[in-house]
Amino acid sequence: MSKDTVLTAIRRGLRRGPLGEDQVAGLRARLAAHPRHLIPRRSRVPHTEQVALFVANVEREFGTVARVPGLDAVPEALAFYLAEQNLPTELVMAPHPELRAIPWATRPLLRIREGRAEPSDTVSLQHAFAGIAETGTLMLPSSPERPTTLNLLADTAVVLLRASRLVGAYEEAWDLLRDEIGAMPRNVMLVTGPSRSADIEQSLELGAHGPRRLHVLLVEDGATRSG
Amino acid sequence: MVTATSPAFKQNARRAIGDASLQKALANSRPQFMARRARAVAALPEFEQLREIARDIKDHTLAHLDFYLEEWESKVLASGGNVHWCHDADEARAAVLAICRAANARTVTKGKSMVSEELGINEHLEQHGIQPIETDLGEYIIQLRHEPPSHIIAPAFHLNRDDWEREFRKAHTDLPADRVFAERRDILTEARAKLRQRFIAADVGITGANFLVAETGSSVIVTNEGNGDLTQTLPRVHIVVATIEKIVPTIEDALSLLRVLARSATGQEFSVYTTFSTGPRRAADLDGPADYHVVVVDNGRSAMLGSEFQPMLRCIRCAACMNHCPVYGAIGGHAYGWVYPGPMGAVLTPSLIGVDKAGNLPNASTFCGKCESVCPVKIPLPALMRHWREREFERHLEPAATRRGLALWGWFARRPALYRLVTRAGAAVLGRLGGKRGRLRRLPFAGGWTVGRDLPAPEGDTFFARYDRIGRARSGRPDDGEGAANRGRAQ
Repeated sequence: MSKDTVLTAIRRGLRRGPLGEDQVAGLRARLAAHPRHLIPRRSRVPHTEQVALFVANVEREFGTVARVPGLDAVPEALAFYLAEQNLPTELVMAPHPELRAIPWATRPLLRIREGRAEPSDTVSLQHAFAGIAETGTLMLPSSPERPTTLNLLADTAVVLLRASRLVGAYEEAWDLLRDEIGAMPRNVMLVTGPSRSADIEQSLELGAHGPRRLHVLLVEDGATRSG
Repeated sequence: MVTATSPAFKQNARRAIGDASLQKALANSRPQFMARRARAVAALPEFEQLREIARDIKDHTLAHLDFYLEEWESKVLASGGNVHWCHDADEARAAVLAICRAANARTVTKGKSMVSEELGINEHLEQHGIQPIETDLGEYIIQLRHEPPSHIIAPAFHLNRDDWEREFRKAHTDLPADRVFAERRDILTEARAKLRQRFIAADVGITGANFLVAETGSSVIVTNEGNGDLTQTLPRVHIVVATIEKIVPTIEDALSLLRVLARSATGQEFSVYTTFSTGPRRAADLDGPADYHVVVVDNGRSAMLGSEFQPMLRCIRCAACMNHCPVYGAIGGHAYGWVYPGPMGAVLTPSLIGVDKAGNLPNASTFCGKCESVCPVKIPLPALMRHWREREFERHLEPAATRRGLALWGWFARRPALYRLVTRAGAAVLGRLGGKRGRLRRLPFAGGWTVGRDLPAPEGDTFFARYDRIGRARSGRPDDGEGAANRGRAQ
């Protein structure tokens, strides 16, 4: 059995047999507690400043952010962005209840298909589980309501993030995930800006294999998070 | 396993120094890497503390590696995935091939994986009629050129823009021959379109892993292009190939390591896509692979545990050491002759393919210490290279001339009066030869050393002579060491 071969070789290197019960209990306790390490000070600021930090970081990473006053204003904000970028008004949208509840009928020109993305899609609308101010990062855990292909296949990825879902550090987003989703989703993507490559002469070019544009609709939703 | 040309390191290095195209690429790319890392580090005041945390997480994990691997395996199985334990490269290649065959795979897309290079996965699949397609832009072009990567995070580090254009015209013959690549973006756009078709058609996707998380049974990949995510999302089967030391205990541990990884590697605060994958597609999911396999490989790592080389297993493959290494900067990655170049390669390669084949690598160092000073997990790379030099000496592996030279030096060193006489004469002669420049362009009997660089000449004085003077001056005024040293120099 290769498993035994590998584990035996590891223990031989470490000059010991299998760990004793006490040690195993200690290590299991560490796994269960999953203690945090140092969290950089930059995100230890009030929520309004976290929002500003998030926006600045997304923009530094070549993404764009539109502040939207409420969910009702999303259709207009999206239509405005697509027109401004000279993009088609056809898009694929995550079948997430929050997105479905948006009054899309106010903008009948937006043609919306719900589901996973296909290679022919040019614009996608995804739902962010959380935003992380520390580096301007979106947390996108997969689920039937949040297909992974929406993060990857379209040329233009639009992501809706409610301001109350914006936290300071990665660890805080994971705590939300553990609290609200519980079991680990199949896929959790942390996305920071649009796709890029520097493989040609170390010169940065946007739009490698994933989206060329990343646009965040940051929706004010009244509720604010502390810290 | 990939054939190593490490035994021919000296010839490789000589060729690299004379390669104008390579020298152009190195001169262009290295300063950019160094400047970007410096900026990212300056923007995070806690960076030094985070390096210590990163080192401690890795040390803790390595000390309990068996426990964390078994925990991780149980979580992978619980999430519906499969784990294939492999002792060596042969077993790993066989495991990957068996999974591909079971999936009736014809084409396989691949995310960039150094372990896959180490194991020779591509060659093995090709030999058995399965076509591997590298999808990282840098890996894609070097696959077209049938050459190995020259850098662990920027595989096409050695190429210039005209190399890309030439290669694309040769490979993409279905496109108009007179098309114009006005900008680098046009090269990227062509690769994107070509590879998009491949992503969609592939039956299996193979990625490496930056981390395996014991707490959740997840594999983590970090990319900027999104190719790794398309590779692990679109095909029916996802295979992760990873070595045993990629394990970390918890998500929090992974996050702390991620805080130093991108900053050390590309100088980004965070890579564009950091993705945690856990098992296959869930019941109601609309996308994702139906099967999830992890091929977890030892291939020489366990033999490093408990040895002086154990700290090398902390490596998170950021490439900061090679980006800052004057030797890598002079010769590039291919000269090192195997998968891992630069200082980390100089330590790892002898462990994995033998010091008899790779003994030249730990000798190719000025011991300037820059690599250790930028390593995000604080691996004492120069000290580890020194250990290899000692082992090489113990096993009588260096050239006879080196041993004769050391024996000669040892003979003099055991006769202090004679030693001082000879070194004083030597320093005086070389000091005079160095002239005002203080450098020697040529040395008799050491032409090999001076062919690619100048020798800084001694100042005409020996260490002993200077030490004596300072000692005398100090005994006159015992409290004033600094002043005495200055006086000593002025005499």
